[in-house]
Formats: sequence, C-alpha cells, structure tokens
Amino acid sequence: MNHSDFHVTRSSAATKAAAIIAILVMIVLIAAPWWAGRADMRLMGELFLYLALASLWNLMAGYAGLVSVGQQAYVGFGGYMLFALTMFGGMHPVAAIGVAGVLGAIIAIPVALLIFRLRGAYFAIGTWVIAEVFRLSFAQVSSLGGGSGSSLPVGIVRSLSESRSGRESLSYWLALGSAVIVIAAVYLFLRSRNGLALTAIRDNELAAGSLGIDIWRTKFIVYVVTAALTTMIGALIFLQKLRISPDAAFSVNDWTAFVIFIVVIGGIGTIEGPIIGTLIFFALRETLADLGTIYLMVLGVVAIVIMLKAPNGIWGLIRARFNLELFPLSFRVKQSNSSKGA
Amino acid sequence: MTAFLQLDQVTKSFGAVTVADELTYGVEAGEALGVIGPNGAGKTSMFNLITGTLQPNSGKVHFNGQDVTSMNAAKRCRSGMARSFQVPQPFSGMTVFENAMVAATQAAGLSGHEAEKFCLEVLEQTELLDRANTLAGGLTLLGRKRLELTRALCARPKLLMLDEIAGGLTEAECASLVKTIKDIHASGVTIIWIEHVVHALLAVVDRLIVIDFGKKIAEGEPHAIMKSPEVQEIYLGIEADA
Repeated sequence: MNHSDFHVTRSSAATKAAAIIAILVMIVLIAAPWWAGRADMRLMGELFLYLALASLWNLMAGYAGLVSVGQQAYVGFGGYMLFALTMFGGMHPVAAIGVAGVLGAIIAIPVALLIFRLRGAYFAIGTWVIAEVFRLSFAQVSSLGGGSGSSLPVGIVRSLSESRSGRESLSYWLALGSAVIVIAAVYLFLRSRNGLALTAIRDNELAAGSLGIDIWRTKFIVYVVTAALTTMIGALIFLQKLRISPDAAFSVNDWTAFVIFIVVIGGIGTIEGPIIGTLIFFALRETLADLGTIYLMVLGVVAIVIMLKAPNGIWGLIRARFNLELFPLSFRVKQSNSSKGA
Repeated sequence: MTAFLQLDQVTKSFGAVTVADELTYGVEAGEALGVIGPNGAGKTSMFNLITGTLQPNSGKVHFNGQDVTSMNAAKRCRSGMARSFQVPQPFSGMTVFENAMVAATQAAGLSGHEAEKFCLEVLEQTELLDRANTLAGGLTLLGRKRLELTRALCARPKLLMLDEIAGGLTEAECASLVKTIKDIHASGVTIIWIEHVVHALLAVVDRLIVIDFGKKIAEGEPHAIMKSPEVQEIYLGIEADA
C-alpha cells in the first residue's frame, strides 16, 4: 500500500446532490411572496430566524463547547439597539441591523473576558446572569419604555416600504437571507483551517492544545462572532414584531430554551442538525400549540426520549446509519482509479 | 551553555505528592533519550511539564534557545515539540486522516494539498493508511496508539516525545515500531521516549535516565544504567509485579 496511490476529496455524490437540492429549494423560497399566503410567509420568516439562532448556538455550544444559556442577552440587545438607532439615531432599519451587529461584537468582548473565567456549569449560569443584567438594565431606560416597553413608530415602519405587502416581502427576504448567510458562514468557517481546529477542540481539548491550537483564542473568536450575528438576528426579530419589552426581548424560554431544544433533537455538533431540529420544532408547534401546556409537556417528552435514545440527535442517527453528510466538511481518502487492482 | 532541551531545577507538587523534584538535565539536538522508572514515578508528569500541559511550581524549561516556561502547550508545540499521550487522546468524532490533518495544519503550519500529501505519507509510515476514513473513536487500542504517533509526526516536530507507545504490541509489531522510530531519529529528529518495554527502548536510545518519586536517580549509557544495582532493584520490582 503506497500513499501515492491515494487522493483526498471532500465532496461526495450526496453533498453534490444536496447542493443542487439546496439551490432549487432556495429558488422556490425566494419566490415565496408570489405563491405563499400572508400567514405562511410570517411562519416561514420566523422559522428562518430560529434556524439562524439555532445554527449559531450550535457553532458555539456544539463545536466550541461554550454551553451558553444566555444568548437572549444578544437577541434582546439587538432588538433594543434596532429601536434606539432608528428612533433616536434616525437610521434606516436595515442599516440599524448592521450597526447593531457591530455593537453586539463590541459588548461581547468584555462579557467574554469576564465569563471565560468560568468553566462548565458555572459558565452556563454566568451567561444567564449576564442576560438578566442586560434585561434589568434595559428596563431602567425610560426613553425605551422602561419595564413596559415600546412600539416602533409608524414612520420608521413605513420607511421599509409604503405598502403592507412590500414590508412583508422585505422582512421575509431579510429572514431568509439571514438564515442563508448564517449557515453559509458557519459552513465556510468549519471548512477552513480554523474549523479543523474548532472541531478538534470539540472532540478533545487536551490533545488540541498539545497540537498547537490556541483554545482560548479560538473560543473567544467564536463567542464574539456568534454574539454579533445573534444581535443582528435579534434586531431582525423585533423588526418583525414591531414591539419590544424587556421580558419579551430577554426571554430565556423563547431565545435559548427552544433553541437548545432544536439543536439537541436535531443533532448537536453538526451543521445539518439545527436544520432538521428547526423543521421538527415548527412541525410540533404548528400541530400542538393549540393544546396549551400539553404542548410544552410534549416538547419535554420528545427532548428526553431523543436524549436517551439518540444522544447525537436525529441527524446523528441518520449519519451513523447511512454514513451520510450533506455539507462537504469531512476529508475522504480514496484509492486512485489508476491503481485499483494493481 | 544550555542544551536543545534543558530542564533546570523543575519542581512540581500536588499537595504532599511531588511529581517532579528539582529535575535537571539536557537533551542535545539529534539525540535519542530514553526514560524509565516505576509506575507513578512522574515520567508522564515530566512530559506534561516539558510540553506545557502542566506549569512547574519552580524551575525553568529552555527549548531551542528560548525560555518556554511561561508558554502554553499550543505555543510550545508550534515552536517544534510534539508528544504522544500514554492514554490515547484521539479526536473521536473525526476520521484518522482528519486527526492527522489537525496536526499538519495547526502544528506544522501546512495547508491544502501539501498538508494532505504529507498526512498520507505519515499514515503510510505508521501503517494506518487503510484505516484513514475510520472514525478515531472506533479504533482498537493498538490503532489509537498508532494514531498518537501519527499525529505527533504530522506536527513535524524537532523534538518528538513518546509516552509508552510500545506497550501491548506483539513482537512483530514492536519490531516494526522500533524501525519506524529509528527512521525518524535518523532523519534528525530529537527523541525522548518513556517506555517499559526496555528492549525496544535500548534498540533506539543513546542515553537513559531513571526517574523515581519525581527525582532523576540515574543517567548515562543505557546498558550500563540497566546493570546498575538501583535500577535492577526498581526494575526487577516492577517485573515481579507485572
């Protein structure tokens, strides 16, 4: 067996097929304003935003091992920045989303320096405490409505588009675009040299450190980038809601618990997991939400059963059985055709 | 005058247990040093202190002309040292080839096809080429030990530190491992090898040190060291236990 008889590929028939299907699905989804109803578009928009949040949480918790239960800090911060920048700064809402992202990164730096001193469960609790600090702080700002919150002025909403259907199409496309950008960014990051380092950290920190990987720096970058993008998603979420209050903006249930549910049942530590998880979560929600508290109990049961029976989530189950991968991330060593049978 | 790797009065203790007690010795570039000593003597801790996984309470470590005592493990690795772990530490969710690629890209600084080709070469050398696409978590213990060696080699180190990689091998496997390590040494890589399989060790190393209770108790020409009464006492003790 000689090494020159082998070559390395990253794509496979499955990844090529997945890419083609993804492009077709994208075309159909971009055209949604022409075929979908108003309620369907709202639902899909929300689904895309959850998909983006879940993909980001997965990158941070599933790869970098930073199990944060305080990402609502950035969702809420983004929402409030959108309101503040448009109401007091006179900015266009779409520009405000971008600026919110930069501000999210800036505020994530001191937060990271503080909470990175904590490990494991203490880190998780620390992130939650930080989120509560954010919530209580914004509740003090009377110009943003204090504890009871405020609504986005009509003038700012109109600046998006004069017509209601125009606004709905725009916010749908923004949501779709954000999900695509987040997944593409996560994919490109994981495929890069840094992604290899991050995957190594996911599997074994001791060995990763001994092979030249700066663990603290890698995690810091992931945390700050995740925070910036989560802030932008938060701004987008509250651009759709048009109303913000501290309790809604910094809800641990809405912006972290559901997101963790999605990632865990879909398959943590894979790109495909959050996509599957989001679809399952919305399917459950749309069919069971009328049942009230029973719906939340069903979610709990589903989470427990999957954690016991398939700790790597539904995608983990599929991948183990069919050795399938939709995003070409892994390296496969193949025997070159010319030398087969030699 | 400091050697290529120089330990100077390196001391580390955990409460009452001293794992390194004023360890002082040097390894010259291109040398192969063997390390023996009973279980729990502090051999692996010594590796942890050299590679930066542990920080000493006092003392200095110099490597390749610079004081690395305050550097973390990652930085020391990038400055040219790589190790294998006695208890294998694979990246379980990645394939054997991807494990190798981590070392080649992060530690050796290679990229693209150059990195891929280099990893394939090393995998051939360590006889893991046919398992390249296997998840590292699914390897046998022997496979995991080979993977430890593979990763350390893919880091393209100037100083290679091996921690008990011959244990549990058959005679034939051990012979091929010895040949591999001799080849690596012949290519100019400095080696420190902790090993209980003494005949494998003696086939490679130029010099031997003996560690017990964190202290260096003997140092010198391998065969002479093995014949000394204190080593006989310690080592026959181990053999009787085994």
